[in-house]
Amino acid sequence: MKEKYSPELIRDLEEKCKRIRRLIIETLAHAGSGHPGGSLSSTELVVCLFFVHLRHDPQNPLWPERDRFHLSKGHSCPVLYVVLAECGYFDKKELFNLRRLGSILQGHPDRRTPGVEVASGSLGQGLSVALGMSLAGKLDGLSYRVYCLLGDGEIQEGNIWEAAMAASHYKCDNLCAILDYNGFQIDGKVKDIMNLEPLKEKWQAFGWHTIEIDGHNLREVLSAYDEAKTVKGKPTIIIAKTIKGKGVSFMENTVDFHGRTPNPEEARRALEELK
Amino acid sequence: MELLYQRDIYGQTLVELGRKNKNIVVLDADLSSSTRTALFAREFPERFFNFGVAEQNMMATAAGLASCGKIVFVSTFALFATGRAWDQVRNSICYNNFNVKIVASHAGITVGEDGASHQAIEDIAVMRCIPNMTIIVPCDGPETREAVLKAVEKEGPVYIRLGRAKFPTIENKKQFEIGKAYSLCEGEDLTIVACGIMVNTALNAAAMLRKEHINAAVLNMHTIKPLDKETLLKYAHLTKYFIVCEEHMTTGGLGSAVAEFLSEMYPIPVIRIGIGDRFGQSGNPEELLKEYRLTAEDIVEKAKVLLKK
Repeated sequence: MKEKYSPELIRDLEEKCKRIRRLIIETLAHAGSGHPGGSLSSTELVVCLFFVHLRHDPQNPLWPERDRFHLSKGHSCPVLYVVLAECGYFDKKELFNLRRLGSILQGHPDRRTPGVEVASGSLGQGLSVALGMSLAGKLDGLSYRVYCLLGDGEIQEGNIWEAAMAASHYKCDNLCAILDYNGFQIDGKVKDIMNLEPLKEKWQAFGWHTIEIDGHNLREVLSAYDEAKTVKGKPTIIIAKTIKGKGVSFMENTVDFHGRTPNPEEARRALEELK
Repeated sequence: MELLYQRDIYGQTLVELGRKNKNIVVLDADLSSSTRTALFAREFPERFFNFGVAEQNMMATAAGLASCGKIVFVSTFALFATGRAWDQVRNSICYNNFNVKIVASHAGITVGEDGASHQAIEDIAVMRCIPNMTIIVPCDGPETREAVLKAVEKEGPVYIRLGRAKFPTIENKKQFEIGKAYSLCEGEDLTIVACGIMVNTALNAAAMLRKEHINAAVLNMHTIKPLDKETLLKYAHLTKYFIVCEEHMTTGGLGSAVAEFLSEMYPIPVIRIGIGDRFGQSGNPEELLKEYRLTAEDIVEKAKVLLKK
């Protein structure tokens, strides 16, 4: 069977992921504060959406029929900002104003950034926001899809499960959640702080279609988004197993870089690894 | 005197709006029969969403709907709208300056027999401290309709506070404009500022005071945010003494707003009549208003002490 996604496309996406990871490191090192770990773990998930699946127009960010992307885990905004800049929503120079007074790039997503639909940062609210977008699309008879990226620590919030119940109650098949399941939260391993398992079964019990993938395997990520589009009558969650800090050896699988930026020497080593 | 449920008028006004404006959607959290959003649900089932007992989800979903251009009305009891879902109201609705109109019923102690757990007495305080939020406390049924209609025209989030009990309809009201207080009677000795059910109480107090040759102006301060500073200053110059009445804690509500402003701009004595630092309790509304010193007699007594008469 012919692969739907050509080796050229995959190579191109791999290159993009590497470039985007480098920019994440550069902008965060420049800003001096922020959250690298969850940006690096979700890079493939965001890249495959924005460069392959998402129907959007950077020149016309408010195009009514655009697919919506909502970053519920707002602290991972560096990956979103870099991807938005790469897509042409704003000048890449803006990335080096991240977290500065007056910048369009706030410490957590804000609507002043072209391409950001709704502010986020206070965890647990984003799936509800995405549900609202989904319901609006159905009401207006528009065929857009809504994507919502969740963190694993984040889904300890009760609001997530209220939204999960409501999205399946209202049969929101235009809604696709993506879980960046990197296994770490600020205080340690998710399974030690507040265990989420059995997780797939929880979402299924809430009436969701579940897809489990390796969140760094581009073909698996691309195919998961394809599969989600075919599901009718219920929302889909892609449970993506990822590695916190992916791509930089000393940032991988550690909580140290959840909310700490690399110092100049660490940044140099990280960029060396990402060549 | 005509007595109306504000929430009846709210439900009817929603239906009226729903017919004219297809962009209006209504959300409730299992209280649609109490808040009267059920009237809208009956006529426009496709534009009504019941979220069950889950207010946090309801508020953040309202933000998502508003991000797609909907004008979203959200209703539940005042305590749950402002307390249970405060972070969602702050971060998902107000921070984004979305067109979400939170119309909450069952505010204040006149909720009555259900008791303290259901009596929101701090809702104005916790909404007033959020940027972008407009706060309206209508004094009666007809003003509820005006407030809802004007809230639709106004861009951004609005909190409208309604009671559970029937409210007497106030006569000779002036044109309703968000952020514009007006006087219901004039007087040069003191100004009584009131909102909600306390407007009628203030008018009764003013009538009682007149018999004792004390002339009180009564202001209907239906909008608490943005505060009508111009009218406050005008009456501060005219009368020298202020009494502010509300069915809310004296901390953080209308009384606080007026006192904060006047203490900086034109310091005169401002006496706040409201609920002190304690919770409500069960009882019928009249008994509770007496217990919590929210009657016309209480206003008269305070006025006399203030004027040393």
